[in-house]
Amino acid sequence: MIATESLSKRFPRVTALDRLSLDIGPGVTGLVGANGAGKSTMIKILLGLSPATEGRAEVLGLDVATSGGAIRERVGYMPEHDCLPPDVSATEFVVHMARMSGLPATAARERTADTLRHVGLYEERYRPIGGYSTGMKQRVKLAQALVHDPQLVLLDEPTNGLDPVGRDEMLGLIRRVYTDFGISVLVTSHLLGELERTCDHVVVIDGGTLLRSSSTSDFTQTTTTLAVEVTDTDTHPDGTRALREALSATGVTIHAGSEEGLPGAGHILLIEAKGEETYDTVRDTVAGLGLGLVRMEQRRHHIAEVFRPRQAEADGPGGSGSGGSGPGGNGPGGNGPGSDGTRAAGATTVGADEHASDYALQKGGARDEH
Amino acid sequence: MSTEIRPTSTGPDATRIHNIGYRNYDGARLGRAYARRSLFAQSLRGAYGLGRSAKSKVLPMILFAVMCLPAAIIVAVAVATDLKKLPLEYTNYAIFTQAIIGLYLASQAPQSVSRDLRFKTVPLYFSRPIERMDYVLAKYGAMASALFVLTGVPLVILYVGSLLAKMDFVEQTKGFGQGLVSITMLSLLFGGIGLVMAALTPRRGFGVAAVIATLTISYGAVSILQAIASSVGEDAAVKWIGLFSPITLIDGLQTAFLGATSSFPAGAGPSAGVGVIYLLVVLGLVFGSYAVLMSRYRKVGL
Repeated sequence: MIATESLSKRFPRVTALDRLSLDIGPGVTGLVGANGAGKSTMIKILLGLSPATEGRAEVLGLDVATSGGAIRERVGYMPEHDCLPPDVSATEFVVHMARMSGLPATAARERTADTLRHVGLYEERYRPIGGYSTGMKQRVKLAQALVHDPQLVLLDEPTNGLDPVGRDEMLGLIRRVYTDFGISVLVTSHLLGELERTCDHVVVIDGGTLLRSSSTSDFTQTTTTLAVEVTDTDTHPDGTRALREALSATGVTIHAGSEEGLPGAGHILLIEAKGEETYDTVRDTVAGLGLGLVRMEQRRHHIAEVFRPRQAEADGPGGSGSGGSGPGGNGPGGNGPGSDGTRAAGATTVGADEHASDYALQKGGARDEH
Repeated sequence: MSTEIRPTSTGPDATRIHNIGYRNYDGARLGRAYARRSLFAQSLRGAYGLGRSAKSKVLPMILFAVMCLPAAIIVAVAVATDLKKLPLEYTNYAIFTQAIIGLYLASQAPQSVSRDLRFKTVPLYFSRPIERMDYVLAKYGAMASALFVLTGVPLVILYVGSLLAKMDFVEQTKGFGQGLVSITMLSLLFGGIGLVMAALTPRRGFGVAAVIATLTISYGAVSILQAIASSVGEDAAVKWIGLFSPITLIDGLQTAFLGATSSFPAGAGPSAGVGVIYLLVVLGLVFGSYAVLMSRYRKVGL
């Protein structure tokens, strides 16, 4: 889909991209980097709007330097910033944008109705955009990028400004763009946790250079950690300890560490999940003790560990077991998982929902550790 | 992928909505030239509030009506009183109604370009096959065409009226033709100036003020200087001063080449020789406006 070869972009004072070589296949690909890491510059070059200083890039097999127009006909772009006029309706706006992509008038109207329905805008699409919520505006922005049925969409920070629920919906929608619509996606973000839920492949760039590129499953291995929280009862004044002992007796591996510095710390057991039966064991044990199960949720390896290599892996999964060894637990940015709203939403969820908390990627975080 | 259609005799219960899933588009993609035409058509319609909210239709439509009203009155009087000649020349109509043209330009040029800048819609255009040149050409063409319609329809009314009043066909057709050439130049010149002023600022209000200021201040200053020059007997200076405001440029141009009667003090319009300079200045401004717009959009690209 996208291939770059020692692609560089230098501005008089800044080097935005520095000999970046990438090969991105079909699927959902995340492009992660801090603000100013070169993500937007990359998108401009891929759209053929900004010439590279050196190196070359191909999109859909077309050279960006010579076939910009042909690329832009088959690629959709959703900008990071607000780009919608408030005084027209979503339908009028998207129809206009479809025609700008070269669709005949009738096709433009049909595709607009289809696309707006697919992104989840129904009756409100006839109202002026000025009255929309941020979530609805993001959907319109996505719709205008999809309306001409591109082979690839470039989404620049599509979850910016959304609340946790809106963000989950947007991420689900992005996933569907590939699985249901068959359109490959390149999505940029500075939030790692977001991308591991959505992407097949993640590319991390920092300061214009490639930090790491691999598939999401490499980043987050399949062995998962379960976080379990239970209530106390009269018979078991310390429910957590009672459960720990009971579970140890059944042979389940319990991690020594707890999630320090988080709400509920000390009341959460981290258990290694070996398969479906671990869930059953936990459920049966909790029921046997007569405790209330507050939560049982997956904690995966986080992509954030890219930035805290080796040590975090040695300390165990969950990205939080390293207690006391510097920035380990809460991520270099000090933006701990507990500060994210998804956690609050997840607290009442009992089950195997994964709630990967979002780590803010702090520029240069990896190097601080060495 | 199929929609079931049953005989209506089975009643409304038979109506079903099928989720047909995502459909790929494999129809025509008409490319750049089509996109440019679409943008031109959309902008031209927008200049009269068509395809926009009811509120935004009010001002352009009122101005359009005000523009046509004098022509209609003149025609009515001419037909009723059986005049042998129109009380004013075709070429002079736009000069007399310049205030209305100025207001129209000031209200519509900013809505045409400032909106895209202000709401940052421009990157969405440039992420499509359309390019900077297409965007500028479409917007410029649409603005000039809108002005051409605004100034041209009254001339058509006058022409049809004059023929109804059985005036001399050849003479009227010649005057009408000269009038059309004149308003073509006027539309290009005013459209360019208006768009440049409007494109410099994303704020619509500033755009409106800038266009009005450019037109009225330059015209006011030129008129005063011409009056002074004329009163001290410097008729040669009057011609040269006329180069410095858009409407006097058009006035001078049509006086020199299109047989118009000049509105300059004492009717001291330029001769054909000086007229060439008028023409060059007008063309320079038209192409200059285009160049400024191109460089303006180089910056706001994406």
